[in-house]
Amino acid sequence: MSPQVLEPQAPETTSVIGIDLSIDRSMLPTIAEHGPAVVIRHASKVFSKKKRRTLPFRRTPEEPQKAVRALDDISLEVQRNEIFGILGANGSGKSTLIRLISTLLIPDSGEITVFGYDVQANEMQVKRLINRVSVEASFFKKLSPMENLLYAMRLYGRTGEDLRSEITTILGGLGIKADRINAPLEQMSRGMQQKVAIARAFLTSPVLLLLDEPTTGLDPRSKKDVQKFVHELRDRHDATIVICSHDMDEAEALCDRIAIMDDGQLIAIGTVEELKQLVRERDGLASPSLEDVFIALTGRNLTDDHEDNPAEAA
Amino acid sequence: MSQARSLSPVATLGREARASYAFVERNWNLTKRYWGWEIAFLIYSAASSMSIMFIGKAQGDQDTQLLLFLAIGTLVWSYLNSVFMNMAEMIAWERWEGTIEYTMMAPINRLTHMVGQSIFAIIYGIIRSALLLGVLAMFFDINLRGANLVGALLTIVIGSLSFIGFGIIGAVLPLLFPEKGEQMTFIISSILLLVSGVYYPIDVLPGWMQALSTISPATYVLDAMRAAILDGTGTIDLLPKMLPLLVIGLITVPLGMAVFGYFERYAKRTGRLKRSG
Repeated sequence: MSPQVLEPQAPETTSVIGIDLSIDRSMLPTIAEHGPAVVIRHASKVFSKKKRRTLPFRRTPEEPQKAVRALDDISLEVQRNEIFGILGANGSGKSTLIRLISTLLIPDSGEITVFGYDVQANEMQVKRLINRVSVEASFFKKLSPMENLLYAMRLYGRTGEDLRSEITTILGGLGIKADRINAPLEQMSRGMQQKVAIARAFLTSPVLLLLDEPTTGLDPRSKKDVQKFVHELRDRHDATIVICSHDMDEAEALCDRIAIMDDGQLIAIGTVEELKQLVRERDGLASPSLEDVFIALTGRNLTDDHEDNPAEAA
Repeated sequence: MSQARSLSPVATLGREARASYAFVERNWNLTKRYWGWEIAFLIYSAASSMSIMFIGKAQGDQDTQLLLFLAIGTLVWSYLNSVFMNMAEMIAWERWEGTIEYTMMAPINRLTHMVGQSIFAIIYGIIRSALLLGVLAMFFDINLRGANLVGALLTIVIGSLSFIGFGIIGAVLPLLFPEKGEQMTFIISSILLLVSGVYYPIDVLPGWMQALSTISPATYVLDAMRAAILDGTGTIDLLPKMLPLLVIGLITVPLGMAVFGYFERYAKRTGRLKRSG
């Protein structure tokens, strides 16, 4: 039997969210046409961790505060429309970096801008441009997806008669049945809750989406849905995505470039191929996987835990 | 440098009003979903208020003035404490739910956040106190003939302002002390209850407690409410009693906002603004 020549398949065009929702960005702060999406210059963050006292109300001189350097002089740029990955073990500082960009933390030193807006001086403009999906879905557990999303949309200034139908449509597109939309969120699986979290982020029309381990603990099907959604958000809605992940396959499949962090420091940055090439040349590995790259550059596995980093515990 | 799109003042006000409404709607939905808790709290409040009223009744069946004195105390305190706790628990509640980061990350003015929270606190407090009044009216002779109800209403509205201010200051405690901040707010409310003459005249207190009562807004609310309801004092004549309330409110609300803003930044510097403690 002669070998069959396969026709190249057309790229999949089916939308994860099922419909082509138009994002209204007319109320967003104006952003310059050129320049990077995120610029981080020499950002550092140290947390002091109090030692437990042996006697109440008594601080003895031999109990100094323990300082944890969560971020150590980090500088990087994320380009517009890029899917940028941050890889690091627990406590490496990646969540601290995300929290600094999302205005939940103030850096000790350095400068961070989002589309030209400084995260401290122009906090409100930055907040309007971003949204974040974290490892925990973070909802009011007794409220339904509809009630939780209505709250989020109103906070972001969304209004109009069609909010409810918009929410129903996007949740339906993410595979959430109509009878679950008005039931308490606590009755949903973690995968479903994470999909509601993604819908929440999408409905607030972010220009920069920060994803902090969004697929941790999800089943393979839900993981794939989230990954398709990330691509769709970038390709169809012109968003820039920063994603922290533990998952090497996910990072390799999704990210245009990857930053590897260890102990609060930026170890390497580049495309997957550039990082592999770096390790090929440096360590003589013939065809390293991304995991080999990570181990070679940091000397540890992704599953290793660093010393306690208070901001990474969230 | 990018530029913020500027909105007209009317558009800005409309946007902030919608964002404020987000908190009213959310809290209303939470109240509905936690209806079992609400019933439990209402039964607890009703039983506490009735216990106080029975103590009054035990002093003599004919002393309706004493009963009314106690009824005003328990109802006003129920309302003011509800407003205070609604404000003071706003951070603790969100931390417990795990939503604090999302709310603090949202592009809304903190004043808008507080206004929404305050509107709900007032509506919730009024409904709860009205239900409590209904329960007390079933068991006791609460005679409001001759009472200046307009003056009483005005007093409670002005009094709410200062309790909102105290509540905002109280909300800082769960921001700073994730594990014990909520419990620390009980200290504020219990001291206000102790020194403000809720169930007894101020002059039975030791001198130093009487001094504390002069800075408690509940003292002035109760004084004006009792004058309006027990004595039927006219609204104009109530104004001098309301003046200290207005002053305390005008001081504590901006002070609360400033204190909250300062400690919000502190929480962001020290990494305390997160879902877990």
